[in-house]
Amino acid sequence: MYGATGSEGFSEERIPGGCAIFGVMEERGRRFSGSLAAEAIAAMRERSNGLGGGFAGYGIYPDFPHAYALHVMSLSHGAHEDLVRGIKGSFRVLHEEPIPVRHHPAIRDAPVLWRYFVLPPGEGEEDEEEYVARRVVELNSRVEGSLIFSSGPNMGVFKGVGYPEDIAEFYRLDEYRGYLWTAHGRFPTNTPGWWGGAHPFGFLYWSVVHNGEISSFDTNRRYLETFGYRCFQMTDTEVVVYLFDLLHRRHGLPLEIISGILAPPFWSEIEAMEEEERELWMMARQVYGPALLNGPFSVIVGHPRFMVGLADRIMLRPLVAARKGEMVYISSEEAAIRAVEPAPELVWTPEGGEPVVAELLPQAEEEEAVA
Amino acid sequence: MSPDSRFPEAPAPPANPERTGEADTPRAFPSTGTAGENPPAVPVQDLKKKTRQKPTPFRRMRAAVRLHPDFRVIVDESRCTLCRFCVLQCSWDALDFDGRVVSYDENCVGCWRCFAVCPTYAIRIEPWPTMYRENASWTRFHATNVRKQAATGGKLLTGMGNDKPYPVYFDHLLIDACQVTNPSIDPLREPMELRTYIGTRPDRLDLERYRIEVLERKPAARGERGNGDLRRKMGFGPLLKLETPIMFAGMSYGAISLNVQKAIARAAQEMGTLWNTGEGGMHPDLYPYASSAVVQCASGRFGVDVAYLSRAAAIEIKIGQGAKPGIGGHLPGEKVTAEIARTRMIPTGTDALSPAPHHDIYSIEDLRQLIFALKEATRYEKPVFVKIAAVHNVAAIASGIVRAGADAVVIDGFRGSTGAAPTMIRDHVGIPIELAIAAVDDRLRKEGIRHRASLIASGTIRSSMDVVKAIALGADAVAIGTAALVALGCTLCQQCHRGRCAWGLTTQIPELVRRVDPDEGAELLKNLLSAWSGEIKETLGLLGLNALESLRSNRERLRAVGLEQAALDILGVKPAGR
Repeated sequence: MYGATGSEGFSEERIPGGCAIFGVMEERGRRFSGSLAAEAIAAMRERSNGLGGGFAGYGIYPDFPHAYALHVMSLSHGAHEDLVRGIKGSFRVLHEEPIPVRHHPAIRDAPVLWRYFVLPPGEGEEDEEEYVARRVVELNSRVEGSLIFSSGPNMGVFKGVGYPEDIAEFYRLDEYRGYLWTAHGRFPTNTPGWWGGAHPFGFLYWSVVHNGEISSFDTNRRYLETFGYRCFQMTDTEVVVYLFDLLHRRHGLPLEIISGILAPPFWSEIEAMEEEERELWMMARQVYGPALLNGPFSVIVGHPRFMVGLADRIMLRPLVAARKGEMVYISSEEAAIRAVEPAPELVWTPEGGEPVVAELLPQAEEEEAVA
Repeated sequence: MSPDSRFPEAPAPPANPERTGEADTPRAFPSTGTAGENPPAVPVQDLKKKTRQKPTPFRRMRAAVRLHPDFRVIVDESRCTLCRFCVLQCSWDALDFDGRVVSYDENCVGCWRCFAVCPTYAIRIEPWPTMYRENASWTRFHATNVRKQAATGGKLLTGMGNDKPYPVYFDHLLIDACQVTNPSIDPLREPMELRTYIGTRPDRLDLERYRIEVLERKPAARGERGNGDLRRKMGFGPLLKLETPIMFAGMSYGAISLNVQKAIARAAQEMGTLWNTGEGGMHPDLYPYASSAVVQCASGRFGVDVAYLSRAAAIEIKIGQGAKPGIGGHLPGEKVTAEIARTRMIPTGTDALSPAPHHDIYSIEDLRQLIFALKEATRYEKPVFVKIAAVHNVAAIASGIVRAGADAVVIDGFRGSTGAAPTMIRDHVGIPIELAIAAVDDRLRKEGIRHRASLIASGTIRSSMDVVKAIALGADAVAIGTAALVALGCTLCQQCHRGRCAWGLTTQIPELVRRVDPDEGAELLKNLLSAWSGEIKETLGLLGLNALESLRSNRERLRAVGLEQAALDILGVKPAGR
């Protein structure tokens, strides 16, 4: 069973809201500082209201490239100790430390923040990812007042209550280097004030930043439950990440099919396709109808090998993409891209349902190995 | 306009010598049919003759079992033009002409036919004015039934659906709408998709399998049997396309007239949805609409042969019906005309008995055998539905049906209609469709088999909003029966079982049947489906959705008013305000 937790401070209510999203990836896997993402998202301050901001970086822990990096927040030291006992009971801990932060006047009431680099205890019969996913979910639902908010290898989520650029300062993102960064500025329409509710939403090696509201939320949630996913946080973002996990990791579908499931072509468009293509899309929609994400959204999904930007099929939320060399940018607004890359080679607005995909080039891994 | 031009088929008004001087003779009984004594079929030429039951043998006790009429017909003589339309049109012997229109109120069923045809609005129908001594527990309904049964010793019979004031959960559910944080969608400007596929599908798309199959497919083999083989190997059953999620419920030739079936079949075909033969076989006149037909295979197996199964879009094994769960059916021999006999494949004039259970299905494994027998017979090209009444344990039963291999489960709620059922059973057996949909959808999801079958709900779908709510609770599509008949004139007088429907719907009397024109009827039904579809699109738009599959089981977009916690839990709906 998958799913994040109903930890203390979580609301069972859904919190709709608007947001700013930004993502950047270097397709050869070359790393750059997290402050680039912070600078870009700061250009869209107007789109957030100081009630949530966050970042996800990939390739940031070269010292522990294969260990699962658990980022943990706890409301109290007691709750933290409870969680640590759980972590140590479930994993081999290679390294542990507080997440380094710097004092920032705008960031207050920070929870206890630690990180653990862990591996599954031994050669289990289950595959590693499945084991980590299940244990993280189990710990999150069992331990009150604590949350594992990031659990992928060589990646990490940094988030909290505040404007995103202040959150970046607080977490000292300028000191991290990664090849893929996503960023989020939040405009929730009410104020839970819970750090765990900020974006990105992390699950295994997935991270999702999301702008919008999934009007089909309960359809998607109930569909995911049939595959063992439990949506406790009741946020739209949660269903997006689980749908990606289901379709990509478990069903092994390629990204263009996944995009065409989450934001599918209309039946009339499918019927106008060539025979073989038509049959495939027809079957995809017939099987995955309940996975259709309906309502206004644009999302950027991070994965160690790729970044995908996607907007709903009638483009009710903004999404713009740009490229310069191997740098690919996806953003709510072009202004944010221009703020960090004044002269992109190509800027385009994808159509609704048309994915923007940046993928690690085949040679990138070799380069990484050499480095 | 003369009566002749307007109702040319109506027989001449009868001369009624025997009526004279009979005015003060107590006419003990409205001729309500009973199970013990089926209402006699009325030969055409006798239509306007009085068909009273024989006086009860308890002559001295006649007053004890005398009933007062339900209605009275009042003719405003200052308006009446003596045209006699009303007399010609009344199939219940409630009106006669004797220099003026006279009424036999005890026969009036309140069907409005006379009122609806009167050119001068000279007729009105009122409740019978004599008061009934009020009693909250011994209501008029109960006391009347006791008298009827004391007089006849029969079961009480009725038609249509449950009319008792049970809670209608649809009326306690309210729908969400977009404001600010997400935009609503204008269905007039943006595409809005109602398309629904009914049938079995795999839980995942096996792309590797697909690639292998497509690459290995020999060009010659292609096209011969379409993509059926490929789809089957991918785990798909045959899927049926509905352009609107509203199907027509099973109503047999026998229960309704052939003209009504024609109107329904044509509307279904032209609107891209399905109609259902009911358990009465398929008349050859309906073969042109067979590709949109669901053919029933019920306990009497009437009209079932391989041709019948093969020409249909889908096959439905009817186990039960919401109006009479656990009860069979009985079409009396008098109603089995030559045409009905041919269609049902039985001798003319014999009783058509549908046993209460299928006598080859005494358990779930027997059902599985029948499902696969039907699939074998049709080369796995037709989806097989199983229709059951909503009863207490409906979720577990539906799960068993899905596991037995059905492509769709049809659930009929306890308010669902019937051509004839014992009143007590119609009114007291089964559970509401809303709770059944929610319970079945939950159970199938919990067991991870929801993708293996579609869920079709019926039993008082009265408006497009009932459709929306049923789908939001978890149904894939709905089926309408009563709504279709109302669109063709039905006024819910609940006399279907008597075979004399003045609107020509639930009758086989040629003069009455002709009152429904199949072409005009089809137009009315198409209008109804278009109107409801338009309203569903509008509702999807205000919910911020542009495809019906995003409404399915989207219970978060429903809120309840005035329901107790247990109902909220079963429906999976929050109370309004939360």
